[in-house]
Amino acid sequence: MDFGSLFSEFDVLGAFWVNIQLTFFAAIFALVLGTVLAVMRISPVPSLRWAGTTYVTLLRNTPLTVIIVFCVLGLWGQLGITLSSDFQRNFFWLSVLGLTVYHAAFVCEALRSGVNTVPVGQAEAARAIGLGFGDSARLVILPQAFRGAVAPLGNVLIALTKNSTVAAAGSVAETSGLLKQMIEFRPDLMVAIFLVFAFGFVILVVPIGVATTSLSRRLAVAR
Amino acid sequence: MADLATEPDPGPEPAPAHGELGPPLVELRGVDKHFGALHVLKHIDLTVARGEVVVIIGPSGSGKSTLCRTINRLETIDSGSIVIDGRELPEEGRELARLRAEVGMVFQSFNLFAHRTVLENVTLGPIKAKGVKKSDAVARARELLDRVGVGNQAAKLPAQLSGGQQQRVAIARALAMGPKVMLFDEPTSALDPEMINEVLDVMVGLARDGMTMLVVTHEMGFARRAANRVVFMDAGEIVEQADPETFFTAPRSERARDFLSKILTH
Ligand SMILES: Nc1ncnc2c1ncn2[C@@H]1O[C@H](COP(=O)(O)OP(=O)(O)OP(=O)(O)O)[C@@H](O)[C@H]1O
Ligand SMILES: [Mg+2]
Repeated sequence: MDFGSLFSEFDVLGAFWVNIQLTFFAAIFALVLGTVLAVMRISPVPSLRWAGTTYVTLLRNTPLTVIIVFCVLGLWGQLGITLSSDFQRNFFWLSVLGLTVYHAAFVCEALRSGVNTVPVGQAEAARAIGLGFGDSARLVILPQAFRGAVAPLGNVLIALTKNSTVAAAGSVAETSGLLKQMIEFRPDLMVAIFLVFAFGFVILVVPIGVATTSLSRRLAVAR
Repeated sequence: MADLATEPDPGPEPAPAHGELGPPLVELRGVDKHFGALHVLKHIDLTVARGEVVVIIGPSGSGKSTLCRTINRLETIDSGSIVIDGRELPEEGRELARLRAEVGMVFQSFNLFAHRTVLENVTLGPIKAKGVKKSDAVARARELLDRVGVGNQAAKLPAQLSGGQQQRVAIARALAMGPKVMLFDEPTSALDPEMINEVLDVMVGLARDGMTMLVVTHEMGFARRAANRVVFMDAGEIVEQADPETFFTAPRSERARDFLSKILTH
């Protein structure tokens, strides 16, 4: 049994590190973009609401693989858009872009569920003391919406962590690519290899769930 | 008349029923409002003079809340005009936000910002909407919280306060903007009976200090103590108006008599 040799022959940790990086950057960008979308969807301007709704409907219902393949083959292959001069890095950032635009739609929906936890009366009270839409959203609605949306946002982060493996479709050398490669070379250890990867993701994802559950309890707005 | 930033002191007595009231501060002319097919405000004409306290009373669904909410444009109107201190209510945007600051509103359900402390609830508007310096806003907020009797609760979150205390904070929050007129929409009807008076007392105090007020309430005690005029609404119309004593003892219309007999027998 040369189970240990799996780790010396293949850079398993390195591959996981790539997924962590994909997740990290896509999570930050998706949070920003998703917040902008959520604000658009609650804004008093009909065209902004329409744009936000259309974006979410479109992106949420497109398979992630298609989005990432489009980012790599469409944006880079066809249109020649590069996000980094380094060949490998370029694929990495294009995949981050694909993960971001896809998960932003889910962040937006999670935030909207948070907005629904804020009583309408508070938005009216904010308007009644002379705050405009921007100030009302920034100072009154969103802070409470984020606190009410910690659990669903955690779910989006969990999905994103696992979905980062789709970046293999964008030619990024990460875990699912390595998994395929390892099984090709060591079919005798197939079950062990699967377990290593499954366990790796469990280790990554479980703490996210635990953390967001306790955070959502701690941050809950008392009403 | 142009600079009434410092209100003239009306003296300690409740404002007299008629006579000494100032020029019109709030004027509704021919206001109509529909919710879909429902005609909720039917050609309403109503004038509130500076320093006047008007109580609006009427059956459920008669349009009292809607009337209140049109005055700071939380509801839009279909036709007619609303003029506050000589200026027509603006459509949207900055002008409207500025005007809303001049019209304080107190809701039935308090609507305090749940994630902010009592003090922050009161300073948020002055700092963000009026650009008041933070230290000045805090000093003023503490003054107002003392005045409504919750000065020692400043650091708490709204959920830690009783309903009566929350409503008094809501009054302080509205006052902090230095409004020319205060609107109250059933401010005590969500409160336990033992807390109603602490809120009404604050409102009576405000009335005696000369604040112009429009109050939707069924508290006849308050109307008698503080109101110059009672306006009775039914089915989207102003059916009759009179000073409180006359209205409660000798209502002219059948509908008002009917309504009063119902709330009195409870
Ligand atoms: N946002 C809305 N959409 C549709 N109909 C509404 C809306 N708000 C109020 N209404 C209807 O308009 C009518 C007047 O409502 P309003 O709240 O002004 O009455 P009210 O006199 O304040 O009643 P209450 O004493 O129950 O508070 C009611 O029939 C109500 O159902
Ligand atoms: Mg009402």
